Amino acid sequence: MTGEIPTLLVELEALCERIGRRAQFMEVCGTHTVSVFRNGIRPILPENLRLVSGPGCPVCVTAQRHIDAALDIAGRSGVMVATYGDMLRVPGRSGSLETLRAAGARVRVVNSARAALQLAREHPDCDVVFLAVGFETTAPATAAIVLEAERDGVDNLSILMCHKLVVPAMLMLLETRDPGRPGLDGFLCPGHVSVIIGANAYEPIVERHAKPCVVAGFEADQILTGLVHLARQVAQDRATLENVYSAVVSAEGNTVAQKLVDRVFTVVDTVWRQLGTIPQSGHELAPPYRRFDAVQRFELMIGEDEDHPKCRCGDVIQGIVEPWECTLCGSRCTPRSPVGPCMVSSEGTCAAWYKYGRNLPGYSACAEKETGS
Amino acid sequence: MTGSSESGHGEERVLLAHGGGGELMHQLIRDHIVPPINNERLAALTDGAMLPNPQGALVFTTDSYVVTPLEFPGGDIGRLAVAGTVNDLAVMGATPLALSLALILEEGLPLEVLDRVMVSIGATAAEVGVAVVTGDTKVIERRHLEAEGNPLVANGLFINTTGVGRLRPAVSLDVGRIEPGDAVLVNGPIAEHGLAIMSLRNGLEFESVVRSDAAPLNSLVAVLLDTTADVKFLRDATRGGLAEVLADISETRGVSIQIDEHQIPITPATRHAAEMLGLDPLTVANEGKVVCVVSDESVSMALAALRSHPLGRHAACIGNVTATQPPLVELRTRVGGRRVVPRPYGEELPRIC
Repeated sequence: MTGEIPTLLVELEALCERIGRRAQFMEVCGTHTVSVFRNGIRPILPENLRLVSGPGCPVCVTAQRHIDAALDIAGRSGVMVATYGDMLRVPGRSGSLETLRAAGARVRVVNSARAALQLAREHPDCDVVFLAVGFETTAPATAAIVLEAERDGVDNLSILMCHKLVVPAMLMLLETRDPGRPGLDGFLCPGHVSVIIGANAYEPIVERHAKPCVVAGFEADQILTGLVHLARQVAQDRATLENVYSAVVSAEGNTVAQKLVDRVFTVVDTVWRQLGTIPQSGHELAPPYRRFDAVQRFELMIGEDEDHPKCRCGDVIQGIVEPWECTLCGSRCTPRSPVGPCMVSSEGTCAAWYKYGRNLPGYSACAEKETGS
Repeated sequence: MTGSSESGHGEERVLLAHGGGGELMHQLIRDHIVPPINNERLAALTDGAMLPNPQGALVFTTDSYVVTPLEFPGGDIGRLAVAGTVNDLAVMGATPLALSLALILEEGLPLEVLDRVMVSIGATAAEVGVAVVTGDTKVIERRHLEAEGNPLVANGLFINTTGVGRLRPAVSLDVGRIEPGDAVLVNGPIAEHGLAIMSLRNGLEFESVVRSDAAPLNSLVAVLLDTTADVKFLRDATRGGLAEVLADISETRGVSIQIDEHQIPITPATRHAAEMLGLDPLTVANEGKVVCVVSDESVSMALAALRSHPLGRHAACIGNVTATQPPLVELRTRVGGRRVVPRPYGEELPRIC
């Protein structure tokens, strides 16, 4: 399904020429964003093709109020917070889980929901709270441990639910008006998420908005193949759903995982960091499992987000600005001392530009700011 | 307490009393620590070792080892503790003369683990051709908090080794000698140690296991330095990986470095593991890889020397030093693009999804 890289590049160039104007494709997923940078793909793309990095980094879209809730819990006695490593450094209103851990809070990095359940089993004397972030990829694992905890009576486990759904966010980008937002010509759809939700999940985008959607893998040739398929559709003035990652992604997805999620969670409106509330874009524990809800168990007050007034992460993940157009980027905000979440996450757009893209045109201004600071 | 260290499960473990300086400690040292590494100077168990006074300069280095898990595919903390310090001497251009070994044992450490690690220390020291001539053993209380939730660190063992080496005559290894036009070489596939450890910690299983590359590099470096190749700088690429070493050179010398992705040796298994964990192999730790900067004219001679040694069979020239300003380490990628190779932040965190 994928071709040789030079051939793909030649075809992409020809297609973009045929389109005759700037084509803007959003790579929704943070893993795509990072792969594009690590493979040095941006400098070899046709000049009139713009890749827009979307809201597909789970760390970046977790609302600050949920980070604050995690910090609140971590500060209590008899509690242990289990988190994916990527969330450690995300700044809340004051501090991060990393700084709390250094000050003695019991914060444990886990690489799976299962490891959080294991912590709860091993420490019956303390309340283990799993910070459940991520998209459809990680949600089934969270659902599975809730069922297992229920079955085995692991009552000292609770979940701080921050799971998000990808497609509603993509629809929001098309359906709500923001004058600064780029007109998108199509979506490079995430590979990992699609393994679970199936390629057909993007049908509403194609049907309602006539935007091409192509599901692609994460290797350089797979990404370029995805872009060729997108450009071909635009050049031919059509919009269909294509799956160029069919070795891994099926049309229906993983129905077992979907059923698991449907059983344990209900779909609700939820807040995305700096994007506001997106309808039907998050998960909450379904009523039979609500006793595992950390917000309820710890009677947490979920407040408001108070992001740095100059932080433009929300604009970055909609493609309204590039990271280097943010005045904080590279000076006040770096991976070592991040202000916004997109600079923290290994999959964040700002971090990717800062780490891998300093040699690219456009970023020089940022580099100057940095040396000037 | 009868001098036996039987636990309730019948498994022998380190007791706090083993650190008390009495009969129990003597027994631990005599039965478990000394035999695998024994030699004439160590056997005396004096307060220090006497070393002959060599001609020329001495190189002196120390390093501490706290890796978890203690044992992993391709090595263990003992092999690391010898190889790591020996490698620091080797890349300074020194021939190792003697090592010290300080053990900090955590109460509860199974003695059979200690025994395996000691055998590994003995074997690695023999491989190097260096003796452990002095040492120390302490026992600390079990750290319940630290061990929490991670069966792999249930019982700790920390090692410090210090090494003394004799500087080889006529060796001039100095980052200050690096200049634009020089070539950057590496002796083999990268990122294996870090990915072996991280795969284990994350419970990842791949079709083929990624094994740590932990190995003493002294004989490989000796082969290289025995040639007339103009070797300007050597550095073992440990924590922070290749990226860290290249960032150091670039920043210290104010030069840029261009490396070629398709020239960088890496096994498919390692690449796959790195992809699964979302890690950049360039930033992942090695324990048996040396970065060599040589003059352009010396590339083929240096490569031939490295490739003649088992630990350098897959040595490659991966790039070169340039005068481009501002100083930057840049990777020419497989697809023909380019990107910056940043200095890693610190702890490598696998991605969420």
